[in-house]
Amino acid sequence: MIRQSASAAFLAAAVLWAIPASSQTLLNVSYDPTRELYREFNAAFSAHRQAEGHERVTVRQSHGGSGAQARTVIDGIDADVVTLALEADINAIVEATGKIPENWRTLLPHNSSPYTSTIVFLVRTGNPKGIEDWDDLIRDDVEVITPNPKSSGGARWNYLAAWAYANKAFGNDQEKTREFVRDIYLNVPVLDTAARGATTTFVQRGIGDVLLAWENEAFLAIEELGPDQFEIIVPSVSILAEPPVAVVQANAEAKGTADLARAYLEYLYSPEGQTIAARHYYRPASPELVTDPAELERFPAVELVTIDDEQFGGWARAQPEHFGEGGIFDQIYVPAN
Amino acid sequence: MAAIAAKPRFSFRAPSVIPGFGLALGFTLTYLGFVVLIPLAALLLRSAGLGWGEFWALASDRRVLSALRLSFGASFVAALINAFFGLLIAWVLVRYRFPGRRAIDAVIDLPFALPTAVAGIALTALYAPNGWIGQAFAGSGFIGQFFGPQGIRIAYTPIGIVIALIFISLPFVVRTVQPVLEEIDSEMEQAAATLGANRFQTIFQVILPSVFPALLTGFALALARSIGEYGSVIFIAGNIPYVSEIAPLLIVIRLEEFNYAGATAVAALMLLLSFAMLLVINLIQAWSRRRYGHGA
Repeated sequence: MIRQSASAAFLAAAVLWAIPASSQTLLNVSYDPTRELYREFNAAFSAHRQAEGHERVTVRQSHGGSGAQARTVIDGIDADVVTLALEADINAIVEATGKIPENWRTLLPHNSSPYTSTIVFLVRTGNPKGIEDWDDLIRDDVEVITPNPKSSGGARWNYLAAWAYANKAFGNDQEKTREFVRDIYLNVPVLDTAARGATTTFVQRGIGDVLLAWENEAFLAIEELGPDQFEIIVPSVSILAEPPVAVVQANAEAKGTADLARAYLEYLYSPEGQTIAARHYYRPASPELVTDPAELERFPAVELVTIDDEQFGGWARAQPEHFGEGGIFDQIYVPAN
Repeated sequence: MAAIAAKPRFSFRAPSVIPGFGLALGFTLTYLGFVVLIPLAALLLRSAGLGWGEFWALASDRRVLSALRLSFGASFVAALINAFFGLLIAWVLVRYRFPGRRAIDAVIDLPFALPTAVAGIALTALYAPNGWIGQAFAGSGFIGQFFGPQGIRIAYTPIGIVIALIFISLPFVVRTVQPVLEEIDSEMEQAAATLGANRFQTIFQVILPSVFPALLTGFALALARSIGEYGSVIFIAGNIPYVSEIAPLLIVIRLEEFNYAGATAVAALMLLLSFAMLLVINLIQAWSRRRYGHGA
């Protein structure tokens, strides 16, 4: 009986799954903080397609940790497009399944990153500890909140931003840079597994003096949790976080949605797509296209190092070097004997 | 006719209300196979791909060891505390009649139903230094002030982990001990008293031996549940490597590295340790059943 009803439920699920695939449906597998962004963008894209005389498009969204989302694609979820936090996550899909062409990063403008962000500091109102730049974070009286870069893709940018600052401050001295980054992490009392958890620890639990956060997350935290309780400090040097997007070619071809999927991602680069990204606190890749200049005023100029800078050598090198098993981050936490 | 009289070597075909031994066993094995055995076998197989050398390198890694020590240690402490207080709660619920008893009885099951992440977030909110309970234990709180300027930190330390584990595994002890306590007649205690036993002797020589196998089962269940717990712990643990990083989190971290083999190796290690532990507890149970002759 149990088996029968289970298989009936399975059959029903399979049928429900299969029906929309024949009509104009896309599945966008994304990561956590883009939920609101894509909700608005999907509606805009669907309206745009209809205005062009196409069928109505339904885009289903899936959100979660970026690495976990990449694994669901590897394990076979039939995503048409992926919009993740890290190039390394898409590379993992490429290596494990080959469903995405190897040159995916060149298929769309701006390294396939239609919007970018950077790492900023969120401090309590009035900035009681006087935190202005990265070197304040290694002070003994400062507690830093940041998620674990091993379990959170987004947190890897926090780590790399600190690294970029130290590398510049110490004139490319590897040993001192590593020590500086280690000192920051020794000031971390709680290593949350994901960015939202870290924000909760800082905002709701009142732990720590400064939260390292993506700029868009920092704006969201201020907007949703207390405009008069927190302020954003922009450090002198930070990193250009480029969340990448790609068509999962093999899936889309199998479902006959390859052209639609490509049009979907390309529309992110349109004036409307860029404006929506800016409205959701992401820095648009082409700010000149944004239709409402007021949306750009919140982004201060900051010196941004990219992952392709020679100190990191792109994700293909930075990922194993810093975050792989036994990598530099693991070495930071090796206890002294 | 003689064949009927001959006793089969194995008494497999004992009369039963469920017909068809072949069908029943076949179903049992198939069902268990798909739900439990094949997934576990796949896990072991995947870690077997590592080879012994690599497996032992992983198993003896200090970070893995300290995470395992924390997971098993905290679970053990939590299960021990639950064994004591769970027994107490079960006793009160069985032996006393008071207003609200049924409500309290129902509340015991809530940790079963609650998503563990919700439990973790709620506990963290309470025990964080600015939470209701955490404040009392902070340096300025009415309890914490006796423990130096820092007070006692509960959230983001191993103490917090133990509290989360106590929360999620409490029902196991209460629910396994309760029916056994209900079956112990209070006349047995009266009989012990008339035979000259004092209260102490009644507890340790009459009541406890009868409950012991059930208590051990509850303890084992609570322990097993705690070892694998992830959702509620990661919010309250602080997750600092070597200090408050639990083994299930280490598995998730290995997965984030797309290191499936490494993740399954830690998982297989946990599986082996848990299995060994449950086996030992089972043996103690069997021994105590023989010793005291009480079933559980």
